[in-house]
Amino acid sequence: MNTILEVKDLSMDFGGLRALDHLDLNVVEGEIAAIIGPNGAGKTTFFNCITGIYNPTEGEILISPPGKKRKKINGLKPNRVTKKGMARTFQNIRLFSNMTVLENVMIGRHCRTSSGIVGAILRGRSTIKEEKDVVDFSYNILKKTGISHLVNEFAKNLPYGAQRRLEIARAMATEPFLLLLDEPAAGMNPRETRELDELITRLRDEDNVSILMIEHDMKLVMSLSDRIFVMDYGRKIAQGTPSDIINNPVVIKAYLGEDIDA
Amino acid sequence: MEYFLELILGGLTRGSIYALIALGYTMVYGIIQLINFAHGEIYMIGAFTALIFTSVLTLLGFNEIAVIVLASLAAVIYSSAYGYTVEKIAYMPLRRASRLSPLISAIGMSIFLQNYVLLAQTSDFLPFPNLIPEFEFIKPYRHIISSPEIVILITTSTAMILLTFLIKFTRTGKAMRATAQDRNMAMLVGVNVNRVISITFVIGSALAALGGVLIASHVGQINFYIGFVAGIKAFTAAVLGGIGSIPGAVLGALVLGLTESFATGYVSSDYEDVFAFGLLVLILIFKPAGILGRVTARKV
Repeated sequence: MNTILEVKDLSMDFGGLRALDHLDLNVVEGEIAAIIGPNGAGKTTFFNCITGIYNPTEGEILISPPGKKRKKINGLKPNRVTKKGMARTFQNIRLFSNMTVLENVMIGRHCRTSSGIVGAILRGRSTIKEEKDVVDFSYNILKKTGISHLVNEFAKNLPYGAQRRLEIARAMATEPFLLLLDEPAAGMNPRETRELDELITRLRDEDNVSILMIEHDMKLVMSLSDRIFVMDYGRKIAQGTPSDIINNPVVIKAYLGEDIDA
Repeated sequence: MEYFLELILGGLTRGSIYALIALGYTMVYGIIQLINFAHGEIYMIGAFTALIFTSVLTLLGFNEIAVIVLASLAAVIYSSAYGYTVEKIAYMPLRRASRLSPLISAIGMSIFLQNYVLLAQTSDFLPFPNLIPEFEFIKPYRHIISSPEIVILITTSTAMILLTFLIKFTRTGKAMRATAQDRNMAMLVGVNVNRVISITFVIGSALAALGGVLIASHVGQINFYIGFVAGIKAFTAAVLGGIGSIPGAVLGALVLGLTESFATGYVSSDYEDVFAFGLLVLILIFKPAGILGRVTARKV
């Protein structure tokens, strides 16, 4: 098993507030890992650090994409990180709402294509082929995520569940080796959550993408994850398989508070 | 009736020149929410570049058509280079600063470029040769429309159709729209946002240069200050149509051009600006976001 993401001793300060405190975490190829923890534990901050939105105060973030050399990605801009193969979705949906579903996914192909303005105006053979490939590729992703019947709708007109799927489709269009999902099941009803469970498993099995997700829905986390990391106050307080975590007293304490009698 | 038609065509010509410049304002505003006050100067530099190239090429004995094409091309390339450089020097370092800082930087750039041309060239008005030949077929209609007006109308509409195609259907256009809607998210799906911003400045500058060449050749004289006046008018057009909206800028520019044309034709040319800015005031009172602008609710 190869480690594809290695985070060592990561800290992030906002002024005097330490949002992440010497965090160590790694993801191995082909796994579905989850990060859980109470609100304000620093989970989203962690995602922001590893995708280049924040530049961490201390620590190292290393990636080893399958078949490529290990590389440090601290301080890289978000678009460079995406190009290196890490894509993410957001807790609060952030689609390009005035673009169609297809265009949203096509934007994800931007970093994997190259034709420029001159090519677009001259309509050379390579440009036309590239444009066709992008459409085909995007359409296939939409099919896989189950929203291909909505291609020409504006993203803002989609029902909530479909918007969530579109976010995943757009992230998948960048061909990531690691997909970061920030609360993918937030606001979903039980049936939508079950379908999401299937979708994530299918992406892992068929598209060779590893998954790291932040999620509050414990049922989903327990059924889906190979490993779970638990965070509290910017620190990692536990890690292990779902059955390890469910019986871990430290975790129970973080979620429910300390028993007064104990 | 003929007089009315003449005013309409004159207004459309004037409006389409404003539109070429207004597009630069509105595109830049759409993408980085900056009013690029140095944009008028880019237009002025385009006109000066064309003048220099026209003089040199005519001396070298090129024929008329070659002179027009090469001089316009040179103006477009020079202005684009200026637009690109201004963005890199004056705006990019302020990307994360408050919105006021790049605005002041833009005003500084505008003053700098004006004085730079004033020193490098002259403060006098320079005669600009009429580059556009008289067409034979237009002779019978000369009292309604002139050859330069036809050329201006055709060139500007071609430029606008190309721009629409570029933004709607190309990879670069999609990246531009995505960046305008949500810059951080565009970055996260792998769009090189700095590059997209540079491209926007280059396209805006190229259109402004084209406008500079056309109007200079139509009016017949230029000086270092023409960018300021044209810039204010084009900015008005962009605000009128709803700043940030591309069809809005074109519509606003045409409305402004027609208003001025009718004011000049039926009232007096002294009142041209009164009507133009009066219209702006009215639009801003009754439709503060502009004709096609959308009111965006801000989350508190």
